[in-house]
Amino acid sequence: MSDSLLEVDGVTKRFGGVVANDNISLLVPEGGIVGLIGPNGSGKTTLFSSIVGYHPVDSGTIRFGGREITKLRVPQIARMGLLRTFQQTRIYREMTGVQNMQISVSQSSLSLRQMFSKSPPDVIERADHLLSFVGLFSKRNLLAGDLSFGQQKLLEFAMALMNEPKLLLLDEPTAGINPTLINGLIDRLLRSNAELGITLLVIEHNMRAIMRLAKHIYCLAHGQLLTAGTPDEIQNDPRVIDAYLGGS
Amino acid sequence: MSSVWKYVAYSGVIAISVVAPWALPAYQTQLAFLWVMVLLALTWDLVGGQMGYTSFGNIVFFGLGMYVTAVVQRNMHFGIEEYVHVAGAVETLTPQEYITGLFVGLGASGIAGVVLAGILGACLLATGMRGQYFGICTLGLGIAAGELASGWEYIGAGSGLVTPVFPEGLGQRGLFFYYIFFLLTLMLFLTLGWLYSGHFGLAINAIRDDEDKAEAMGIHTTRYKIIAWCLSAFFLSVAGGGVGHLVGFIDPTEVAFAGATFGVWMILMAILGGKGTLWGPVIGAVIFHFTQELFWTYLFGWQRVVMGAFIVGIVVFFPRGIMGWAGDRWPERFGHRTTG
Amino acid sequence: MGNILILIDAPIFTLQLLIDGILIGAVFALAAYGMALVWGVMKIINFAQGEFVILGGFVAYWTCGFGINPFLSIPIAGLVLFAIGWVLYRLIITRIVEGDLFISILATFGISILLQQLMNQLFGADVQTVESGLGTWFLFNDRITVLQVKVVAFGIALCLGLVLSLYMKKARLGQAIRATAQDSRAARILGIDTDRVYGATFALNAAICGVLGALVSMTWVVQPFMGLAYTVRSFMIVIVAGIGNVFGVILAGLGLGAAENFAGFILGAEFQTAFVFSLLVLILLWRNSLLRLQRRYLQ
Repeated sequence: MSDSLLEVDGVTKRFGGVVANDNISLLVPEGGIVGLIGPNGSGKTTLFSSIVGYHPVDSGTIRFGGREITKLRVPQIARMGLLRTFQQTRIYREMTGVQNMQISVSQSSLSLRQMFSKSPPDVIERADHLLSFVGLFSKRNLLAGDLSFGQQKLLEFAMALMNEPKLLLLDEPTAGINPTLINGLIDRLLRSNAELGITLLVIEHNMRAIMRLAKHIYCLAHGQLLTAGTPDEIQNDPRVIDAYLGGS
Repeated sequence: MSSVWKYVAYSGVIAISVVAPWALPAYQTQLAFLWVMVLLALTWDLVGGQMGYTSFGNIVFFGLGMYVTAVVQRNMHFGIEEYVHVAGAVETLTPQEYITGLFVGLGASGIAGVVLAGILGACLLATGMRGQYFGICTLGLGIAAGELASGWEYIGAGSGLVTPVFPEGLGQRGLFFYYIFFLLTLMLFLTLGWLYSGHFGLAINAIRDDEDKAEAMGIHTTRYKIIAWCLSAFFLSVAGGGVGHLVGFIDPTEVAFAGATFGVWMILMAILGGKGTLWGPVIGAVIFHFTQELFWTYLFGWQRVVMGAFIVGIVVFFPRGIMGWAGDRWPERFGHRTTG
Repeated sequence: MGNILILIDAPIFTLQLLIDGILIGAVFALAAYGMALVWGVMKIINFAQGEFVILGGFVAYWTCGFGINPFLSIPIAGLVLFAIGWVLYRLIITRIVEGDLFISILATFGISILLQQLMNQLFGADVQTVESGLGTWFLFNDRITVLQVKVVAFGIALCLGLVLSLYMKKARLGQAIRATAQDSRAARILGIDTDRVYGATFALNAAICGVLGALVSMTWVVQPFMGLAYTVRSFMIVIVAGIGNVFGVILAGLGLGAAENFAGFILGAEFQTAFVFSLLVLILLWRNSLLRLQRRYLQ
C-alpha cells in the first residue's frame, strides 16, 4: 500500500532452534496508531528488534517510507526517522534530563559546526517544552539515573519526541507506571500522534490502554501472526482470548 | 563556583605555573614531567573516562611519537646510523638545527599519531569492539609495539636510540621543555574544556552511558569514537616526542612503550582524581606525581609494589575519585543537583 | 626467512618444535581452564592469572632451596596459592564481583602489578629454574631431545584437567560451582551460598595456577615479569575455544604451544613475545569481525 509508512513482509527470525518470528507481515499506515499484542514470548519485542535493525532477519523484507531497510543497521534506520523505546527503559544515567534531551536531537543533518558547539537556545527551549509536556520540567536538572522508574520512562518518551521521528515503536509504554498515571500517558501518546504527526506502533499488555490508543491491532502468538483487526474485533475474538488464557 | 572566583583560581594556577620553574630551578625536569603526567591523564580520560572506552594501550601513541620525532630530527641533519647505538658523545647540533628539527619532528609525530589512531580506530572502533575486549586488545597492542620496537634495527632495537644533546645557547634543558609541555598541556586542557561543554561532550558521554541507546537514537557513534581517539593520539604523540628529547635516551620497553609504568599510571591518575571530569585527571596527576617522588625517595624498589597496591585500593575502595567524592559531598558546587 | 628453509631441509626440526610446543601447550590449556572457570562463574577476567602461575613457580623455587624434593613442591605450591587466592578473594575480589566490568579489569590488573613487583623485590629480576633431576630421552638417532620432566609435566597437567572435570561433574561443590555459573540468582534462591562458591572458585583457580607454576619452574624458567604473557595466552585460548568447551581448550592450548614454538624459531627468539601479543590482537579482531556479521559485539 502506498500510504503505509511501515511494511513488514514475511519476516522470520530464528534464535538457535527457536523460531521467534514466523513469517510475520504487518502494515502501519502513515499517521496511524497500530497495536501489537500477544502473550509473553510471542515474539513482539523480537519483531521490534528486527524492524529497527538490531539483528539481521532470516527472511522477509521490511520497508520504511517506501525504502527497503531490511539490511540496514540501527543507527542508519534511526536517522531515517524510525525510533524505538525499550522494555527495560534506556536513558543516559549519568547525564541530566536536559542533557539527555539535548543529545537526542535529530542526528541526520548535523553539520560539523553543530557537532562541536553548544546546543543553540531553540534546542534547549524545545527540550524544556517537551519535558513539560511529559511532566518532568521540575526534574530536568537531576541526573537521569536518579529518577524513578516511571519518570525514566517518561524521559525516554520525551527523548524520542525530541528526535522528531516519523515512526515510533513503543515497547510496553505503560508497564510499571502507576495506574493512576496511565491515562495521562495515553493522552500524551494520542496528542503526540495528533499534534506532532508521529506514527505509532505500540506493544502493550494493558488491554484497556491499547483499546483506547490503537485503531488497528495485530495479535501474535507463538511467534506467528494470529489475527488482526479493529479493537472491537480483537476484543471479541475467541482465538485471542484463548491465546492469553490458554497459556503456552 | 561563582565566575569571579573561577577567574581568580584559573589566573592563580597559570601564574604559579609560569613562575614555578624559575622559583624551583632544581626541580625543573620534575616539573616538566608533571605536565606530561597531566597530559597523559587527560588524554586517557577523554577516551576512557568521558567516553567509557578503557584503553590500556594509549602508550602506543606516546612511543610512536617518541621515535618519529627522533628519527625525523636525525634524518634532517645526520644519517640515522650515527645515533643508533649508545656510544659515548655524539655530534651536537646548533640551536637552530635543534629547534627546527625538534618542531618539525613534533609535527611529524602529531600526524603519525593521528594516522595510527585512524587506522586502529577503523579496525577496532568502527567494527564495534567494546568494553573488556577493547581494553585487552589495546593492552596487546601496547606490549606488542614495545616488543616489535625492541627488534627493529633501524631504530636501535633493544639498545634504543639516543636523542641529540641539548645544545648550548638555549638555556636550561629542563626549563625549555617545561614550557613546551606546559603550553602543550594547556592547549589540551582548553581544547577539552571547549569540547566537553558542547555537543561533542554530550555525545561521548552518551556513548559511555549506553552505546546501544546512542546508536538507537541515530548518533554517529563511530565518528565520535574515532575523533576522540585521534585527538588523544595527537597530544600523546607530540608529548612523546618531547619526552624522548628531555630524557635523552629512548628505550623501547622502558621509556617509549612503557606500558607497565606510564601506560598504567595514566589510568590510575585519572581514576584517582575522578574520571569523567575535566579537573579530575589534573588533580590526580598532580597528587600522583608528587607522591611518586616521595615514594621513590623513601621506598626505592618497594615503590612499585606500593603502586600496585595503590591501584587496587583506589579502584576497589575509591573508584569515583576525588572529584567524584567532591561531587557527592557538595553536589551543588561540584556535582549535580539533587533537588529540582 | 632462512629459518623456514632449515625446517624444510631438515623436517626433524619440525618434529622437535612440535613436541616441545605440545608439551608446554598442556600447561597453557590448564591455565586457560582455570581462567575460564573464574570467568564463567564470576564473570571476571583474572588479569593476574599469569602472575599466579609465576608465583607458584617461585614458591616451588623457594621451597626447593630448602632441599625439599622438587616434585613435593608441586602440591605445596598448589596449597600456598590456594591460600593466597582465598585471601585475595576475601580482601578484594568479593567487592568487585557482579559489579562494574571496568572496575574488575583494573582491580585484577592492579593485583597482577602488585604481585609482579612483589616477586621482583623478593626474588630479583633474574630468571630462575628448578632442577628436577630427571634426564633426557634421545630419539631418532639423537636428533630429537625430549626432556623427561616436560613429559611428566604434560602428564600431570592432563591428569589435573581430568580430575577437575570429574570434580565439576560429581562433587557437590563442583556442581554448586556449575550451577552458580549458569545462573547465580537461581543458585542463591536454591540455597547455594554464592559467596563461598565464588571464593572456592577463585582459590581453586589460584591453586591450579600454583601447580602449573611449579611445573613451569621445572620444565622451563620463571621470572617476575613473565606473567602477563601467560595471562594473555590463557585469554586467547578461552576466546578461541569458548568458556564451556574443555576439549576445545585443550586443543587450542596445544596448538598455541606449538605455534609459539614455531614462531620463536622462524622469527627469532626475541620476537616470540611480540608474536604472542600480536596474535592476541589478531584473534580479537577476527572474533570481532565474526560477531559483527550477526550484528553482535565483543564486549
